[in-house]
Amino acid sequence: MPKSIKLPLDEKTVSSLRAGDQVRISGTVYTARDAAHMRMAETLDKGLELPFDINGQVIYYVGPTPAKPGQVIGSAGPTTSSRMDAYTPKLLELGLKGMIGKGYRNDQVKQAIQDNHAVYFAAVGGSAALIAKTIKSVEVIAYEDLGIEAIRKMEVEDFPAIVINDMHGGDYYQEGVNIYRKTNI
Amino acid sequence: MKKIMYQEIVDRVASMCQEANYNLGEDVFEAFQQALRTEESPVGKDVLQQLVDNAKVAKTEHVPMCQDTGTAVFIVEIGQDCHIVGGSLSAAINEGVRKGYGEGYLRNSVVGDPLNRKNTGDNTPAVIHLEMVEGDEITIHMTAKGGGAENMSDMKMLKPSDGLVGIKDYILDIVKDAGPNACPPLVVGVGIGGNFERCAFLAKKSLFRPIGERNPDPTIADLEIELMEEINRLGIGPQGLGGSTTALDVKIEAEACHIATLPVAVNLNCHASRHQVAIL
Ligand code: SF4
Repeated sequence: MPKSIKLPLDEKTVSSLRAGDQVRISGTVYTARDAAHMRMAETLDKGLELPFDINGQVIYYVGPTPAKPGQVIGSAGPTTSSRMDAYTPKLLELGLKGMIGKGYRNDQVKQAIQDNHAVYFAAVGGSAALIAKTIKSVEVIAYEDLGIEAIRKMEVEDFPAIVINDMHGGDYYQEGVNIYRKTNI
Repeated sequence: MKKIMYQEIVDRVASMCQEANYNLGEDVFEAFQQALRTEESPVGKDVLQQLVDNAKVAKTEHVPMCQDTGTAVFIVEIGQDCHIVGGSLSAAINEGVRKGYGEGYLRNSVVGDPLNRKNTGDNTPAVIHLEMVEGDEITIHMTAKGGGAENMSDMKMLKPSDGLVGIKDYILDIVKDAGPNACPPLVVGVGIGGNFERCAFLAKKSLFRPIGERNPDPTIADLEIELMEEINRLGIGPQGLGGSTTALDVKIEAEACHIATLPVAVNLNCHASRHQVAIL
């Protein structure tokens, strides 16, 4: 049975999550991908404030398709997280509690997840039409000129994901593959 | 000489772009069902089921199965006895892409310049490969190729002495390194031989063959099957969460090469393996 979790994330919830847990996420998430991360980094370098209060929040790495008339959002599955690795430790230090994406994180991000008590979730890449159904509202809140890469605030309900990296050092990409590997290469 | 109208190409290309993104091919759908029967991991089975459900939603609601609706890549076989009227072939294809992506609510994922990275806003230019053939027909093969799997692809100039063992080790390394990033279960496209640029093209071209269709050369066909088995022993599984379905298929195209070379290219495709063919 998947665990239901509510956002924003508190310490107790984060600490209870373990690599491999299937979860259904409800609450507010913020979207950002390559260009928005680059701009957030520039903002911080200049000593300015981020366009939203990042404390306790979750960022979803996604660049959705345009909504058809009558849709809240177009298809909206995760993009590859590693492209955001360079920016992530800094955001975790500032209070970011979770990320949703797909694929490996580097060692610095995994360490920062442990140090700052955060969590990394994966959603199923390419399951974008189905995932879009769990997104109930969308509002562009910053960097509108970036188009699909703008920062959006989304309300999600029972968004399906799985815990990959937990704050205790668990890494499900390693653990899962180890169970089914039948070769030494 | 047969005449083919510019506008006919535009309209066909536009509908191919939309169809490819809304309707998962029967071959891929069948491969999902097959994998659901054999997958050992319960989490892997869940992922596969989610992909089946997702494909159904995309098809019935006419929405893209994945938000990365890809770069539009074309391999066009032009019969040498036909004549295109009203404009150039590449202009017609690009106009078709513009129309298909725009009217179909597909995502524009192309930047016009790799350095300043400004989005062109209409998913053009498309990548177009032309091949001259006999006859008076134009066959357009189209794929919407996602960036995630493309990013994990690779090419290497092996030495002839590396042989078959070297080729296999290299391909397995690439699939292993890609792990979850390329959205497994994958279709692994391989080019062997040709020269530097031709080899990468062969790997891409192999991905246009439907899942389950073997290379007509029995030696290459055996190699496809062997590699598929070895890849599925890596344990990566659906979405890299562990399991026995890492590849849905392996495709290899091989060609003549120089006595001193052994080029090998691996072009990974995710499970959102989106193809269309039109004959004009
Ligand atoms: S790799 Fe394929 S399935 Fe995954 S996000 Fe990209 S296009 Fe979609």
